[in-house]
Amino acid sequence: MQLEPNKYVKELTQEKYKYGFTTDVHTDIIEKGLNEDVVRLISEKKGEPEWLLDFRLKAYRYWLTLEMPTWAHLTIPEIDYQAISYYADPTKKKEGPKSMDEVDPELIKTFNKLGIPLEEQMALSGMAVDAVMDSVSVKTTFKETLMEKGIIFCSISEAVREHPDLVKKYLGSVVGYRDNFFAALNSAVFSDGSFVYIPKGVRCPMELSTYFRINAANTGQFERTLIIADDDSYVSYLEGCTAPMRDENQLHAAIVEIVVLDRAEVKYSTVQNWYPGDAEGKGGVYNFVTKRGNCKGVDSKLSWTQVETGSAITWKYPSCILTGDNAVAEFYSVAVTNNYQQADTGTKMIHLGKNTRSTIVSKGISAGKSQNSYRGLVRVAERAENARNYSQCDSLLLGSQCGAHTFPYMDIHNETAVVEHEATTSKISEDQLFYCNQRGINTEDAIGLIVNGYAKEVINKLPMEFAVEAQKLLSISLEGSVG
Amino acid sequence: MKAEQQYIDLFTQYEAMICQHSAEALNAPRAKAFADFEALGFPTRKQERYRYTEVSKYFAPDYGLNLNRLQIPVNPYEVFKCDVPNMSTSLYFVVNDAFDKHDHPTAQLPKGVIFGSLKEVAETHPELVKKYYGKLADTSKDGVVAFNTMFAQDGVLMYIPKNMVLEKPIQLVNILRADVNFLVNRRILIIVESGAQARLLICDHAMDDVNFLSTQVIEAYVGENAVFDLYELEETHNSTVRFSKLYVNQEAGSNVLLNGMTLHNGTTCNSADVTLAGPGAEVNLCGMAIADKNEQVDNSTFIDHKASDCTSNELFKYVLDDQAVGAFAGKVLVREGAQRTSSQQTNRNICATREARMYTQPQLEIYADDVKCSHGATVGQLDEGALFYMQQRGISLKEARLLLMFAFVNEVIDHIRMDALKDRLHLLVEKRFRGELNKCQGCAICK
Repeated sequence: MQLEPNKYVKELTQEKYKYGFTTDVHTDIIEKGLNEDVVRLISEKKGEPEWLLDFRLKAYRYWLTLEMPTWAHLTIPEIDYQAISYYADPTKKKEGPKSMDEVDPELIKTFNKLGIPLEEQMALSGMAVDAVMDSVSVKTTFKETLMEKGIIFCSISEAVREHPDLVKKYLGSVVGYRDNFFAALNSAVFSDGSFVYIPKGVRCPMELSTYFRINAANTGQFERTLIIADDDSYVSYLEGCTAPMRDENQLHAAIVEIVVLDRAEVKYSTVQNWYPGDAEGKGGVYNFVTKRGNCKGVDSKLSWTQVETGSAITWKYPSCILTGDNAVAEFYSVAVTNNYQQADTGTKMIHLGKNTRSTIVSKGISAGKSQNSYRGLVRVAERAENARNYSQCDSLLLGSQCGAHTFPYMDIHNETAVVEHEATTSKISEDQLFYCNQRGINTEDAIGLIVNGYAKEVINKLPMEFAVEAQKLLSISLEGSVG
Repeated sequence: MKAEQQYIDLFTQYEAMICQHSAEALNAPRAKAFADFEALGFPTRKQERYRYTEVSKYFAPDYGLNLNRLQIPVNPYEVFKCDVPNMSTSLYFVVNDAFDKHDHPTAQLPKGVIFGSLKEVAETHPELVKKYYGKLADTSKDGVVAFNTMFAQDGVLMYIPKNMVLEKPIQLVNILRADVNFLVNRRILIIVESGAQARLLICDHAMDDVNFLSTQVIEAYVGENAVFDLYELEETHNSTVRFSKLYVNQEAGSNVLLNGMTLHNGTTCNSADVTLAGPGAEVNLCGMAIADKNEQVDNSTFIDHKASDCTSNELFKYVLDDQAVGAFAGKVLVREGAQRTSSQQTNRNICATREARMYTQPQLEIYADDVKCSHGATVGQLDEGALFYMQQRGISLKEARLLLMFAFVNEVIDHIRMDALKDRLHLLVEKRFRGELNKCQGCAICK
C-alpha cells in the first residue's frame, strides 16, 4: 500500500510530459511578426473601443524604445520577436461560442484530456473555470451562478464590451505599460485573459480558476488577468498552465493585476506546469510574467502561492504593493528545476501604508543541470510606520551540477520597520537518507518523502485540489534526478 | 563622461611626470589601466556593486593632486598621539599617499621582513613587486581600480617571508593632510608567505578640514597555512570620501581575519574580494559602522569559494543615526567542485531615526551540492522590552539606549584577535556613541 503512490508516479513519468499533446483544432493565426498594423489588427479582431487601441499603441511605441533586460541570473537565447505570431484564436469563428454545442468538440476533448472538467464534472468539483487556449478565452463555466451574487467572471474581451468602466479604471493601474519590457509587449498585443470582479461584501462561494494552454506552434501567449476585489469581499483564484511538447521555444508573457480594496482578501494560487523542454534542454516555454497586486484598501490582504515545476525558463516576481494601512501580503513559493531548466523567481514587497505586514517563504529545489535563483525585494518607504517583514528562502540541491542562488534586496527607509531575512542552502542530509534506507525505503522514495516534507509549508497553502496535483508534480519533476 | 574627462586629460598631459616620480614596476600597468579607464569610466549605479554609491559625483569636483611628490611638511609624531595604550606595535606613517620616511624608533622588524615605501621596494626588489603588483586588482573589471592604478605613485609594501612569525602587530597610520581639497591614491601590497603569521592595523585620519577624496587598493597574498589579520579603522571627518578596494587571495589552509570599522567618516565605499583558492582556507570577515549626520557607509564583499573544504564567516553590523545611509552587499559564490564548503553571513542593522536608511543585499550563488550556506539579515530597532527593563531598574532611557547599542556592536569588536586593541575600541565606540569622540585628549588629529 505504501508503494502505491510511487507506482503512480512511475507511470506518469514514463509518459514523460503528460500534457505534451497538440490538438487539431482550427485555429485562426495571424501572420508572424510585430508592427503597428499587427497591434491594430488584434484590436480590430476583438472589436475593441478606441481607448483600448490607444493604450495598445502607446505600449507598443514605448516597447520599441526598450531593450530586453539582462540582469537576471538566466541564460536566455536571443528571442526573435518577429518570428512569433501574436494572435492565435482556436475558436476561429468571429463571434465567441454561445453554448457548449458550438465549441469545437476537439477543444472539449483537449480540456478533458487536461483534466479540466469543463461541463458536468464542474458541478461536482464546484469550481468555476475560465479556460484560455492560445490566449483566447474559450469557455467560462458557472457564469450564471456567479452572476446571481453579482460576481463578474469572464474573459477580458467580454469585460471590455460589457463592463468598460471597470476595465478602463483598473487596466494598467497596477502594472503600467511602462513597467518593464515584457509588460509593454503584453500591453501592446494581449489577446485575452480573465476578468474577475467581486462586489462589495461578497464572499465568492467557489474557487475561480483559469487554465492556460499554448497549443498552436510558433505563437506567443500574452494573456492578461485583472482581478478586482471590492470592499469586504473574498475570492480564491487558481491558475494552471500546460503546453504541448515542441522543439522550438514558446514565449509566454502574461500580466496579472490584482486590486484589493478595503478589508478585502484575495488568494491567488498558481500551479505552473508549462512544458519544460526535454532532458537535453531542447524546447520548452519561456515564462516571463509580470504579476502584481495592489493592497489598496485598509486591512486588505493578498496571498500569492505558487508551485513552479514547468517552463524552460521562469522569470517572474509576483509582487505586492501594500498601500493601505494594516495591509497584509504573503508569498509562498516552491520552485523546482531539473535538467536544463532555469528559474529566477521571487517577490517584491513594497510597504507604503502603516502597520503593514508581509511574509515570504520561498523553497527552491534544483536538480540535474538546472539553475534556480530566488530574487526578492523588501522596500519600506518613509511613511510606512511599523512595517514588518519576515523572509525565509531555502534551497535544496540534488546533484553536483546544479546551482541554487539567492539575491534578496532590502531597502529600509523607516526606523520603525522590522525586517528579517534568512536563507539556507544545503543538500539532503546523509543522515536522513540513511534513516529512511534503514527502514526499507529506497533512496528515490526517501528523497521524494524528504522533498515533499520540505515543500509542505507552501503546499499546505494551496486549495485542496491543487495541493494534490502539486504534490504529484513535485515527484514527477524530480523523478530520475537522483543517483 | 564629464567627470572622467578631467582625469583623462590630466593623465595624458602629465603621464611622464607621474612615471618619473614612481618606479618601473608601478609604471608598467599604467597604460593598460588608462585604456581600461577610458573604456569603463567611473562605475555607475547600474553596476550591482555600486548600486548605493554614485561614484562620479565624488570625482567631479576639482581636487589637488601631488603628482610631483613634494614633501608635505608634517611630523606625524607631533600630531599623532592617539595610540593604543598597552599595545606595542611597529608604527609607520603614510602621509596622504606617500610613505613617511622619518626615523621610526619603535619599528624594529625581524630580518627578512620588508615593510616600507612601495616605490622604494619596487626599485630595490623589482622582481618581488613585478610578481605581485596589479595581479589581483583587475583594472578591466572596475573603473575605480583602473583609476587608482593609473595615478598611484607610492604606497606601502609588506612582505613576510616563509614561516616567519611576527609577534608584534604592525600599525600603519594614514594621515590626510592638505591645505586645499585633495585627492589621494594609495596602494598597498601585502605578501604573507606560507607558514608566516602577521597582523596589520591600518588607521585612517584626516588632519585638515578640507575635502579629501582617497582611493585605496590593497592586494594581499596569503600563502599556505599562513595567518594574517587586517584591521582597518576609519576615523576621519564629514568631508572625506573614501573608496577602498581590498583583494585577498588565500592558499590552502590559510587563515585570514579582516575587520573594517568605520567610526567617523563622510562617505565610505569599501569593498573586499576574497578568493579561497586552496582547500581548507578560512576567512573571517567583520565590519562595523556607526554613522550619523549625513554620513554614508557602503560595504560590499565578495567571497569566492574556489576550492573544497573552505570556511567563510561574515558579520556586519551598522548603527545609523540622523540622516545616515548604510549599505551592505555580501555575495558568496561557491564554485562547482567546492564541496564541503561552509559559509555563514550575518548582517544586522539598527536604524535609530526615520531619516536613516539601510540597504542590505546578501547574495548566495551556489554551484556545488555538498555545502552548508546560510545568510541572515535584519533591520530593526532597539528592543523595547530591554529598554523598559533597564528603566525599571533606574537606568535612564538615554543610558539604556547607549548600553544596548554598545552591546550590539560589541560582537564585531570581540572578533579582534588583539586584546589591547579590543579595549581601546570599546572605549572609542563608547565615546563615539556619547558624541565625545572629538573630546579625545592630547590628540590633534581626532578633532
